[in-house]
Amino acid sequence: MTIESRERRQPWILLSPALTAVTLLLIVPLLFIVVYSFWLRSAAGADTPGFHLDNWQNVLTDRFYRDILLNTLKIAGITTVFCALLGYPAAYFIARSRGNKLILLVLLMLPFWISYIIRTMSWINILGISGALNSALLALGIISEPVQMLYNEATVILGLVHFLLPFMVLNVYVSLEGIDINLEDAANSLGATRWQSFLQVTLPLSLPGLAAGGLLCFVLGAGTYITPVILGGPRDAMFANLVFEAIIRQLNWPLGSALSLALLAVLGALVLIYNRYLGMAQLAKGLG
Amino acid sequence: MSAVTLTDIVKRFGTFTAVHRMSLEIPQGSFVTLLGPSGCGKTTTLRMIAGLLDPTEGDISIGGRRVNDLPIHRRNLGLVFQNYALFPHKTVADNVAFGLRYRDVPKSEIEGRVAKALELVQLPNLGARYPKELSGGQQQRVALARAIVIEPDVLLLDEPLSALDANLREDMRVELKNIQQRIGVTTVFVTHDQTEALAMSDRIIVMSEGRVEQMGAPEEVYNTPASEFVANFLGASNVLAAESTGVNGDEVGLTLPDFPTLAIPRDRAPRIAGAGPAKLVIRAEKLQVRPPGPVSNGAYSIDAKVEAVDYQGQSARYFLRAGQHQLQAINMIDERPLPAGADVSVSFRAKDCAALPPETRE
Repeated sequence: MTIESRERRQPWILLSPALTAVTLLLIVPLLFIVVYSFWLRSAAGADTPGFHLDNWQNVLTDRFYRDILLNTLKIAGITTVFCALLGYPAAYFIARSRGNKLILLVLLMLPFWISYIIRTMSWINILGISGALNSALLALGIISEPVQMLYNEATVILGLVHFLLPFMVLNVYVSLEGIDINLEDAANSLGATRWQSFLQVTLPLSLPGLAAGGLLCFVLGAGTYITPVILGGPRDAMFANLVFEAIIRQLNWPLGSALSLALLAVLGALVLIYNRYLGMAQLAKGLG
Repeated sequence: MSAVTLTDIVKRFGTFTAVHRMSLEIPQGSFVTLLGPSGCGKTTTLRMIAGLLDPTEGDISIGGRRVNDLPIHRRNLGLVFQNYALFPHKTVADNVAFGLRYRDVPKSEIEGRVAKALELVQLPNLGARYPKELSGGQQQRVALARAIVIEPDVLLLDEPLSALDANLREDMRVELKNIQQRIGVTTVFVTHDQTEALAMSDRIIVMSEGRVEQMGAPEEVYNTPASEFVANFLGASNVLAAESTGVNGDEVGLTLPDFPTLAIPRDRAPRIAGAGPAKLVIRAEKLQVRPPGPVSNGAYSIDAKVEAVDYQGQSARYFLRAGQHQLQAINMIDERPLPAGADVSVSFRAKDCAALPPETRE
């Protein structure tokens, strides 16, 4: 075997375990879902194989699904904006702090050591009827009766921000770290105030990180179903909850498949748009 | 009037003192170099003049005005960084125009001034490019154009040439000095490269461990080093322990083993007051290495043996042993150098020697 042909084959040999795993665990099941989405669930409860467009017609025309999809995108959007507003200053602080960066980054990662579900449920202890906040307000005499603060859209967004903030901070941090510290000094020396040099230099150069963090927060936020279950009310269902309902409760796999593919298509389109303008490399940087 | 004045500047970082009580006057229009190894405080000093660092003690004046409390963006300085620090998301023209936009320069005028600055650094017609599309040397020129287009009171250069490769560095050295002279801007240049310092400066300030070792014209610093550190830092020098026999008229007497008794000019030993321990300093290129034989009149001569030769084409560096001393000599050569193991005669003139008192440091 020549060196050249070996060099050409080597990447594929190294990639093969990962490719096998991705194929077996992601692509094949996804194809099953695609096939399933064209089946029909008969009244008797058995699935009828075939090529039926009924599920798709249902998903694409039913206003109920459309409204929940729009609501899901709205919640994900608001969450992303809050993550950006809260995460950017935090990332900037970490990137510009001297010496203790590692500690700050470890603190940032610390929540990941606790299950996401536990973290989400902890809000019940804080905001619930007999939670910490109500107890404190009662003790201070600000309120006379416990207030129900949980189970609405705001608490869903709160839970999502809590969950997703580290992703935003990490992405923005990575892009800020990549900016030459001398650039701000250079801008200052040329007459720009610190705020002006931030707006003119640092912010534009960190936009790729902000966009990558935003995409992650949005996609993860739009795909969540645990947070609305734990922190939302009956009307705060998000799109993933519909999939859960269809598949687990109604055992209607064909409909659930069509619903999940619809969500995948919407979020996939967003990723494609992002990739078109900013490239996936930035996202990989933020995750690494 | 001096353009920049430092008065008793001290800079401490925690318990570490980066700059010890430094005073300095930089004349209007001059090119002054802060020279020293890394960690000597030269960049710290520059950053204090720039306003990027606050001095712990002392005053900084620019153009006769105390600027300690003046933030960097109001100091009107041109700053050039080692890594250029060009704004990667802005075109070359926008980079150069950046400072003008904060200076109430009318929009109509900006374009013309940017074009003029780019012409001065020999980069006309590149305004629409982005920095990453330029070579290192071109980026450095853009950084220079960006710094001088605002007509700064002082131009501050922080190792601006050290990221360039050797040939380009020499070209840029000449060009930088040329541009500086043409626009007549007071310039403070920081470098660890003695060749750059000697070639470009009106005055060199040699620093070591936060202290000024010597200030003076390049020839003065080179020929009459004020300390062993300066002697070793600027080129290769032989520094040998000796004994002063005291001042005798215009001369200072020096004795050391294996050497004839030396009488060196008084002005080459300004800090020797009387008899006592001293140091003899002779630059490596002032030692003439020849096959044994008679030497020219008035020169001292000692016998030595070549231990090793470092051939450098037009010159050779000899490592010599003369009695108990190890010496270095750098000589221009014709054809081939003297071989290792050869017995040689090493000669030097009295005026090529300098004498220093033994090191005293508080």
